[in-house]
Amino acid sequence: MKRYDVIVVGAGPAGLSAAIEAAKRGLRVIVFDENARPGGQLFKQIHKFFGSKEHKAKIRGFKIGEDLLKEAQTAGVEVVLNAVVLGLYLDKEVVVSHGDEVTHYKGDAIIVATGASENMITFDGWTLPGVIGAGAAQTMMNLHSIRPGKKVLMLGTGNVGLVVSYQLLQAGCEVVALVDAAAKIGGYGVHAAKLARCGVPFYLSHTIIKAHGQDCVTGVTIGEVDSKWQVIPGSEKDFEVDTICLAVGLSPMSQLLKMAGCEMEENPAKGGYVPIGNSYGETSIPGIFVAGDVSGIEEASSAMIEGRIAGVAAAARLGFIDKAELTEKTWELEQALLALRAGMFSPENKGREVIHTEEGYDVSQSLLTRGYLTNDEVLTYPGVTAAQGIHAVIECSQNIPCNPCQDACPKKCITIGEKITSLPVVNSDAQCSGCGLCVAACSGQSIFLVKEDEEVGTAMVTIPYEFYPLPEKGCQGMALDRSGKEICAAEIIEIKNVPAFDKTSLLTMKVPFNMAMKARFFKQVQEV
Amino acid sequence: MRITEHPILGESNKGRLVTFYFDGKPLEGYETEPIAMALRAAGVMVLRHTHKEKAPRGIFCAIGRCTDCVMVVDGKANVRTCVTPLVAGMTVQTQYGVGAKK
Repeated sequence: MKRYDVIVVGAGPAGLSAAIEAAKRGLRVIVFDENARPGGQLFKQIHKFFGSKEHKAKIRGFKIGEDLLKEAQTAGVEVVLNAVVLGLYLDKEVVVSHGDEVTHYKGDAIIVATGASENMITFDGWTLPGVIGAGAAQTMMNLHSIRPGKKVLMLGTGNVGLVVSYQLLQAGCEVVALVDAAAKIGGYGVHAAKLARCGVPFYLSHTIIKAHGQDCVTGVTIGEVDSKWQVIPGSEKDFEVDTICLAVGLSPMSQLLKMAGCEMEENPAKGGYVPIGNSYGETSIPGIFVAGDVSGIEEASSAMIEGRIAGVAAAARLGFIDKAELTEKTWELEQALLALRAGMFSPENKGREVIHTEEGYDVSQSLLTRGYLTNDEVLTYPGVTAAQGIHAVIECSQNIPCNPCQDACPKKCITIGEKITSLPVVNSDAQCSGCGLCVAACSGQSIFLVKEDEEVGTAMVTIPYEFYPLPEKGCQGMALDRSGKEICAAEIIEIKNVPAFDKTSLLTMKVPFNMAMKARFFKQVQEV
Repeated sequence: MRITEHPILGESNKGRLVTFYFDGKPLEGYETEPIAMALRAAGVMVLRHTHKEKAPRGIFCAIGRCTDCVMVVDGKANVRTCVTPLVAGMTVQTQYGVGAKK
């Protein structure tokens, strides 16, 4: 039997972070992961993360993954891949299947960071090839450079459904619709808005009735549901698709903890069956810790902090650090975690309808049901001002934990303040230089630059753009509004792409003066 | 189905193209990419048929959990092709129930 101070199960964001903190404090740490590559799901995350600097906001997920792997290596963490943990037994004995062997290990502390598995939903035809999980779509396109399909229907409008739909567009797929049985879009409004302005329609209060096809998916029928979740006859709509993507939530993979005898609970707010733990992630069995999605479904940023807390706490449990160091370090981490758990989408707001922002602004119902702010609504938020000359227009209307725009502006035009969930305020007396750093820094792609020239009758609108092919300067096309509708002709007059923008290109298009506050996307017109 | 250039991930660099055999037919895929990905890129959707219902199955989770993509690889049945790397010359067969078609 091989002995270690700490055995970590899972080399995703939580497990690696835990291993790093424990190893940094002198503990002998080993990490097992059943996959061929470490990093969990981080390497499939190609969008910029939310949060603030301490949460690695505005950095893309896969880059965070690379940094985490380097940190683990520097800290001397041993990671064993293709290693399946079969069991967690009394006295912290761990049984691992690796290659053709099954080996017994014993740890003085165990940190379980096994993550989550995707939920599924059944309907007529759901087993046909072409019906895939949203995670499968991400794996195919972002790890293996394979398009999951040509035409895709997404079920689920939580952040996973929204983010993966956008990634499908980036991979060159057509997303024909986003469907959700709920009456409101579940994820961030800014993620929904990115899709709506590309012309992707939302069907709320709808569900899939049937997937069509003999050997694989050739189409899908959806229908509207009433308040009792029953399909309303006559509301059926057909789509020709080759792929149906399911993003209907995640469940903690907590089997090992149950097996070890940890006290468990069914907790809907945490996404399912989870161990009962304290603020350090320590379960009812002293020395067995949990971190990340296995202890309650959140996202990678909070998983990494929970991992670090568990790693530090394991070091304290084994006497490698004293109580004072434990308290000091975990206090810092807990503050970072609290900041991420605040706002409209916080765990305690789950399932609750939020009508006003923390500041008292009305939450847009159009954003929640159609995925975009109306022309009138957008003017009511503090990030939208009618300044002379070039200025930032921030269409950020929900309290989400995110503040890179504030740090990005060298002219101090943007204020969020101490509380990172506050809506950004554009200070009308500060002088915007038009550098575009805020546009590229906004993880929700909800910042635009607008310059109106009433005398000439034109306006310049700068938009973030993350698609190929990039239009060229002088390219003629159509401007689309927030709903994805073509509203006027537009000409590209500038394309900016500097390393600081991190792959987000800034397109500046010229549109008629009265379209300045409406034009929010550019569509290239195919030359005949 | 392959993405050659991606706005965020850049050009895809997948290494060496090799030949493998799917139900006796030669196909090409990139060495070490999962078998299921090489098949998907070649347009193959059905990877197995279930034992009782003879219903088709394909990629579903793509991370080795659901076992919908199991096939007969080099004579061995129940291989999860979404997490098994492609090797030059490999023989991959559609699985019927728990084995290859007799």
